[in-house]
Amino acid sequence: MARVRPVLMMIAAGVLASAAGCAYKPIEPWVKPYERERLAAPVMKASLNELPGRQQDHVYVVREGSRGATGVQGGGCGCN
Amino acid sequence: MAAIKNAAKVAGLAAGAVAASSVQAVDLPEDRAETMYHLYDGGGVIAQGPAVLVRKSMLDRVSLSGSWYVDAVSNASIDVVTTASKFKETRNQGELGLDYVVRDSLIHVSGTRSVEPDYQASTLSFDLTQDVFGGMTTVLLGYSHADDKVGQKGTPGWVGTAHHWQYRLGVTQILTPRWTASANLESINDDGYLKSPYRLARVFDTYVHENTPTTRESKALKLSVTGDITPEGANNRRSFRADYRYYWDTWNVRGHTLELAYNRELGPGWLLESSLRYYRQNHALFYFDNAQAQTLYFSRNRELSTMHDFGPGVTVSYTLRSIPGKYDVKLSGSYQFIDFHFSDYTVGDTGKPYSYHASVFNTVLSATF
Repeated sequence: MARVRPVLMMIAAGVLASAAGCAYKPIEPWVKPYERERLAAPVMKASLNELPGRQQDHVYVVREGSRGATGVQGGGCGCN
Repeated sequence: MAAIKNAAKVAGLAAGAVAASSVQAVDLPEDRAETMYHLYDGGGVIAQGPAVLVRKSMLDRVSLSGSWYVDAVSNASIDVVTTASKFKETRNQGELGLDYVVRDSLIHVSGTRSVEPDYQASTLSFDLTQDVFGGMTTVLLGYSHADDKVGQKGTPGWVGTAHHWQYRLGVTQILTPRWTASANLESINDDGYLKSPYRLARVFDTYVHENTPTTRESKALKLSVTGDITPEGANNRRSFRADYRYYWDTWNVRGHTLELAYNRELGPGWLLESSLRYYRQNHALFYFDNAQAQTLYFSRNRELSTMHDFGPGVTVSYTLRSIPGKYDVKLSGSYQFIDFHFSDYTVGDTGKPYSYHASVFNTVLSATF
């Protein structure tokens, strides 16, 4: 028993030392605002205008069984 | 006038207002006006009409929007000419929206109303978009509720009502100065009159009115990556996008959608957008081309059949006039070809699988100011 205690003490000391080394350090945003110019370019948009997306969404949702998660506003009848 | 309408899909659509369900950076939408003429021609159906949209901000915090969309439909599709007669009708859809910016949040509220002779739908939507992590991550939460009234030509009043609940959750992440990724999940739940009062099913070679469940719960998950692939030193920018959507519902429909897009600037004021889209699904539990057993639910709605479609699309935009920081005016034209194939929807008594192709066209005159 007398031999076990020093071992436990050493393990506890090691754990504490490790914990101290793992102090919380938040992840910094790695793409700065001034580096996002390319992401805002018109060529990166799925569509320049809003209305064509509504037509396209309508065309598909009335002819396919799937719906949702398209990011486009729908609405109305499935008659076309 | 006899007509075949897709009330089940109408119901799903009428829930509408998936406004802003794709995640965007938290900025007020830019002031803009759009006018569009749109045309769909395929499978005996021609749908066309104008659409307009105006969006204007005030006090740097609020943006108001209004839109109007007209669908004038001439329908002589295969199920219409087989079991009924060709018909024409017009759908009008109007929407009013408000966007409000508070710190790093964008709140969107909108109301939509769609009216046609035998179907009316009213939708209210709410979306909250929040920038976090230094603007590198954008989170969206959204909810819509819609109430529909379903009518039938020749029958006074309404033959039924339907209600829809939509829940949206989305995340967009900036990965690098050139690439972003997003994930969008949407759940749509329907309750009420989800069948069509017109559509006929075929049971033991006899045409009878279809009968579908009165509830439907669906989910769709869409994953997307978009990147700037402009070579170093090139003047004209290029981008690439890949989308995949998986869909599943309680009617046992499973759908896969894959879309690839390539955009590039062609020169000063010119922009080309091109895309390829592929979709496939299996049939619903109660879909039968010609049912050979007695079941409680049965439908011959080909949107619920085993089918796939494929097609390319292209859009060209040109800036007619631009004064940086003040306004610009653009004109665009778009064409899309779609090839539809149905594995278990046959043509009349021939037993041949049905297929057709469609052309989708629109032209837009838009201005930002």
